[in-house]
Amino acid sequence: MGSDLPEKGLVLLSSWPSMFGIRGVIALEEKGLEYEYREEDLGNKKGPVLVHDGRPICESLIILQYIDETWPGADGAPCFLPADPFARSQARFWADFIDKKITDAGANLWMTKGEAQAEAKKEFMESLKLLEGELGEKPYFGGETFGFVDIALVCFASWFHTYDVSGSLNMEAELPKLMAWVKRCQERESVSKALPDPLKVYDFMLILKKRYGIE
Amino acid sequence: MADEVVVFRVWDSPFSYRVELALALKGVNFRRAEEDLKNKSSELLLYNPVHKKIPVLLHAGKPIAESLVILEYIDETWKQNPILPVDPYERANARFWATYVDDKCLEILWRACWTRGEEQQKCISEAGERLRTLETALEGKKFFGGDTIGFVDIVVSFLTPWMEVLQEMARIRLLEEENYPRLCRWVRDFSSCDVVKETRPPREKLVAFFATLKPPN
Repeated sequence: MGSDLPEKGLVLLSSWPSMFGIRGVIALEEKGLEYEYREEDLGNKKGPVLVHDGRPICESLIILQYIDETWPGADGAPCFLPADPFARSQARFWADFIDKKITDAGANLWMTKGEAQAEAKKEFMESLKLLEGELGEKPYFGGETFGFVDIALVCFASWFHTYDVSGSLNMEAELPKLMAWVKRCQERESVSKALPDPLKVYDFMLILKKRYGIE
Repeated sequence: MADEVVVFRVWDSPFSYRVELALALKGVNFRRAEEDLKNKSSELLLYNPVHKKIPVLLHAGKPIAESLVILEYIDETWKQNPILPVDPYERANARFWATYVDDKCLEILWRACWTRGEEQQKCISEAGERLRTLETALEGKKFFGGDTIGFVDIVVSFLTPWMEVLQEMARIRLLEEENYPRLCRWVRDFSSCDVVKETRPPREKLVAFFATLKPPN
């Protein structure tokens, strides 16, 4: 971490294509917080770091909860996560599901070929279909309000084009409700500000492939 | 019963143990529903259709899966003897270490005990590094949670007796006193808590159970 971090205030150390960093940006923007964004080459292994008054918080979902709990809504309660403990548990469950099932499968769509890629394709599409079912007819995963699971998933939206092309997917046709939800989320300023250009992400993927020596 | 608490579990799982320990810490009565993982009950498949795994907590008819998610639910539902701290930064810290254990420690520790030869040496070395990092979380504290058992202690509970038994069987010593004084002290302090003694699976039963498992190739 840089030694020139301010003693007070918020700094988000992230990498522009990182979906985990994007989660942090969305959360900070949703809360209307003042923060400094610092681009770092996080490579493949490190995630974003939120530094608040000089203290670091790691892991994107932990960062989300930290932001939610430190800057609660108008009624003093966190608002990314719902108020009811059971509803909260379901939100945490689906965010964990996204981390377990979408992240690696998505990466393997462009990192692998042949059988490994076919396996990744299956897992990726099945997992998204399950999430689409969970969304149902609701405008957001959080119900009427944009929330934790929405942030946890919409961060992948800029990568959908890359996954589509790499995996020959046609997500628009296969996941119409989910794609409609993406568009709905993109109408929010926080999301449109946070999401990078999908074409730039695709070019970035090509650079990564070269860097890792993937054909 | 409207408020009934049921834990779908297997007696030898460190994951369902986390749930049971948390409930015991809070003095919550619950029923254990023992599963046969080779023949999962229709209830388990109904309550955890996505992962089909234990543990599942059923509270007033509502199911919750994934041990860390369950722990947070338990803490939010039963307020006595809090597991997570109040301060958001401390909560973030606790969640970080719990995730670190689950994502970076469990698998490598398991593999260090079950692999052999050169691969085992590599695993032992990597596991050692992870444990070294984990130990830093204990600096200046009796438990990860401070003076009392908390979220991270519950998550790390697999160190005793599971890891003790596995190390013995593999004839390796990962947690040497001279290399990991804090973690070794933690194991002793944690093991001597009444609630831990009352809830953990018997060591001999674990020894017998692990002896039936073939080391994965």
